[in-house]
Parts: sequence; structure tokens; C-alpha cells
Amino acid sequence: MFSGFMMNTWIAATIVAVIAGVVGFFAVLRGSTFAAHAIPNGAFAGAAGASLIGANTLLGLAVFSVAGALGIGSFGRKARHDVATALILVLMLGIGALFISLGDQYAQETYSLLFGEVFGISPDVLLPIGILGALSVLALLVIFRPLMLTSAMPEVAAARGVSPRRVEMAFLLIMALATSMTVPVVGALLMFSLMIGPAAAARSFTARPWLAVVLSVAFGLITVWIGIAISYETDWPLGFFVGVLGAAFFLTGRAWASLRGRRLLRSRRSSAVPASANA
Amino acid sequence: MHWLIEPGLLASSPVRVAVLVGTVVAITSAVVGVFTVTRGQSFAGHSLADVATTGGSGAFLVGLNQFWGFLAFGVAAAVMLEVIGVQRRRGRDVATGVVLGAALGLAALFLYLGSQHSSTTGASFTVLFGSIFVIQPSTVPALIASGVIALIVIVALSRVLLLTSLSPDVAAARGVPVRAVGVAYLVALAISVSLSSVAIGAVLSTALLIGPAATALRVAKGPVRAMVTAAAIGVAVTWLGILLAYDSYYWPPHGHAWPVSFFIVALVVVAYLLTYLHRPARRRRSPSLGTPRAEVEVGA
Repeated sequence: MFSGFMMNTWIAATIVAVIAGVVGFFAVLRGSTFAAHAIPNGAFAGAAGASLIGANTLLGLAVFSVAGALGIGSFGRKARHDVATALILVLMLGIGALFISLGDQYAQETYSLLFGEVFGISPDVLLPIGILGALSVLALLVIFRPLMLTSAMPEVAAARGVSPRRVEMAFLLIMALATSMTVPVVGALLMFSLMIGPAAAARSFTARPWLAVVLSVAFGLITVWIGIAISYETDWPLGFFVGVLGAAFFLTGRAWASLRGRRLLRSRRSSAVPASANA
Repeated sequence: MHWLIEPGLLASSPVRVAVLVGTVVAITSAVVGVFTVTRGQSFAGHSLADVATTGGSGAFLVGLNQFWGFLAFGVAAAVMLEVIGVQRRRGRDVATGVVLGAALGLAALFLYLGSQHSSTTGASFTVLFGSIFVIQPSTVPALIASGVIALIVIVALSRVLLLTSLSPDVAAARGVPVRAVGVAYLVALAISVSLSSVAIGAVLSTALLIGPAATALRVAKGPVRAMVTAAAIGVAVTWLGILLAYDSYYWPPHGHAWPVSFFIVALVVVAYLLTYLHRPARRRRSPSLGTPRAEVEVGA
């Protein structure tokens, strides 16, 4: 399980889980779940296009995910955000369908881009994934405060001169950067599961942002590690385990939150001290 | 390989089936979509299509007719969304995302197991992108019946739905069972979405659900006109898309038809963009329907 080529899998999956945990925390916090689904999915069309014209897949993924982020960000100002996201998503997927049908032998690659090819990772992609991942996590940490402020109190942010739109655009671009190199590893669909499940669970366990980021990364790591181990033994696709474990974490988090909420309510009733606001 | 992707393109029967089913799907999706857009549930609408796809690949695995798989998973997911979904929009999106993530995981498993049984790697493509030209004629009555059912539910509920969509508090005060209406609506959405995703693929399903409705809501006054306009736009783009896809057989490269989903999606997006050229002053008329709402809800 830890032999030569499997080491690449472990390293790549670990990097991806860290990125997904950090990016996912903000996606959940800001309610950008739909964008988190749309950007990796749309990026997949870029990979199809790149393979059609014989370009590098990573380049195609990057171009389309950035285009998708720009589209959602700028279009979302004019229209309802979810409508804009839906239309950009279907537009990119429609173009992807065209690319796939124009290029012929793509069915197997379609499957691997959607669901990932985590056991076939070559060592020379580890470095770019690591660098781009570190960059996107770093960028998120740099804009951590404006991100938190515009998410929780947009009016206060605007009054302080932080433009929520610019922050939103920056966030979407970071998400695009993060997903474009993780899609070949875990697939467009799984990248989404990995961003949302652990992050949503983490938010149920704590309201403190830093702790939630750490928990989100930890849950993500546990998810992929367990997933890879079982997947290696059973030969079932990793995506299945990532999806199911993500949901399991979320449900545990919800159960925990409601349990604690009840306990808080009881103690609040007895002491009559207003607890702090908890989003 | 071309022949596998678009079989029977030159025969007229598949085209007739495509036009018939496409019309039913376009009308149902457009009318349901008006409420989906108004309620801000585009993500749920899209997710239901993807979840239904999981059911489709499951049915593919056990050898059932795909439509029943689509329908079962779609309706189950709709109920689940309402059960675990919280009322605030942001929490609802996260709940939707988790359900979607789990369903996609299952889809990965089903498709993998399916590929173990038979070497049909094209299954994932067909299930996701569908093809309106390969609908089995035996499924057509079930498709049309479910489309009509979804349409009846939505039209019967439309007044109550509109009230609960625009001001849930007023609706609750008037004794409208907001939760039950929400479930009924989501089930109708699930039926409509499973119908459209089995017929035309999960991608097109979202395009036809959101695009015509969002376009109509920008140009039409009042909900009834919006529904009629949306249906008209939906039917128009579907017909035109089928026609173009049929014609594209003679386009480059070398007698290979372009996918109908591409044309319909492109037309839907073009129609929506055209509304921006048309009288921007209209935007101020119906603040709750066409323009961005306060998008960020402050956690309380």
C-alpha cells in the first residue's frame, strides 16, 4: 500500500485534501457552494478542449476554470447569483459536450476527469500541484480578514472600504486556481465533495474560524486517507468513499451541533445569559 | 465511432421522438423553472439532475429502464433536501451540496461497477450528457405522463407557491403550510428534472430549467406571463437546437453531427443575454424576480 507508485498517490491526495479543506471552508462560509460545484465541473470542459487541440490538459483546465470564475463573478453582479452560476456552468458543459463529441476517443478520459485517477499519478505532477496549492492557500490566508469580514458583515466591510465584489472575485479566482490542478487528481465531481463535506462538518463543530479551517483540513485528510486505503483494498472508486465519508462527517457535525445547541439552550435558560451570536 | 454517438440520425423516427419529448420537457422545465428561479433554488434544481443521474447509472447497472432510476433517486433526493435542509438560503445550499456530493460518490461506484460488467465506457457520457436522439420509444409515454403530472402539480400550486416564494412569512401567517408546499414543489421539480435528464441529459436539464425561466422573468410582467413566455422560449430553443444538430451533420468536420445539448445550451444563453440589450429600465420593475437580491444573508 505504501510502495513506490502509491507514495505519489498518498502525497497528491494529501495536498489536495489540504487545499480542498481550506478553500472549502470559505466556500461553505460564503455560501459559494454552487460555484464550488460549477468551477471544477466547467473546468472539465477545458480539459476536453485541450485534448482536442492537443494542448496540455492542465492548461485547458486552468483556462476554463479561470474563465468560469470570471464569468460567475462578473455575471453574478448583473443577475441573480445562482442563475448566473447555473448558466455559466451549463454553457461550459455544453461546450465540453461539443469538444468531447468532436474528439473521438475521449470516453475513458471523461470518466477519469470526472471521477479522478488518483492511482495513476506520475511523480512529475506533484511539484506543480504542490506549488499551485501552496500559492492558493497562501493567497487565501492573505485575504483571510477581508474574506471573513465580507462574509459575516458585508455592510461593515463596505463601510471600511473593503469591496465585497472584489473580494468575491478574488476568492472565485483562487478557487479556480485551486481546482484546476486538483481536478486531474481527484476529478471534478470529487473535488466538490471534498470541498463541501469536511468544511460543512467543521463549521458545525466550532464557530471559531481558525479552528474550523484546521478541522476542515483534518476531516478532509481523514476522508482521503481512509478512502485511499479502502479503495486500494477493494478496488472500488475513491470517489465513492470520499462522497460517503464527506456526508457522514456532515451528518455527525449536524448531530453534534443540535446536541450542543440543546445543551446550550438549557444552560442559557438556567443562567439567563445571552450567548454570543453563532452563524 | 460517430455512428455510436448519434445512431439513426438520418432516420426520421428518432427525430420525431426527439421533437415530441423535447417539447414536453421544454414546457415542463420552463414552467417549473419560473419558480425555481424565483425561489433561488437553481442549485437544488441542478443537483437534483445530477442526483437523478446517479439513479440512472444505478438502473443501468441492474438492467432496469433508466427512467425509473432517475425518478426514484430524484424524488428521494428532493425529500432528503427538504428534511435536512435548513430554511436559510446559505444553509440550504450547503445541505444541497452534501446530498449532491454523496450522490456523486454513489454515481462513481455505479459507473465503476457498470464498467466491470460490460465494457461500455460511453455510459458515463450518455448518462451525463444524454442524447435526445436515442430515447427509447417505449419510454415515451412514461416521460410524457410524468411531465404532465409535474406540470399539473405546479399549476395547481402556483398561487400558493408564489406566495411562499415571495413572502414566506405572510404565507405562514395566512395558514399556508409552507413546509408541505415546499416538499410538493421539490417533488414536482424532481420529477421534471429526472424527466429532462433522462431525455436530454443532466446538462441540458439545468439549461432548460433555468435559462428560459430566467429570461422570461426579465422580460415578462407577472407570473402567468412569465410562465407562458418561459415555455415559449424553451420550446423555441429546443426545436431550433434539434434542427441545428440535425443540420450540423453536414458541417465540418467530415459528416459528424454536433451534439444537440451544445446547441440548446448556446441558444439558451444567447436568449438570456439578449434581454440585457432590451430595455434595462425594466429591471427596476420587479425587484424580487429579476434583479440580484441582497445576496449575503447575515448570520444571526
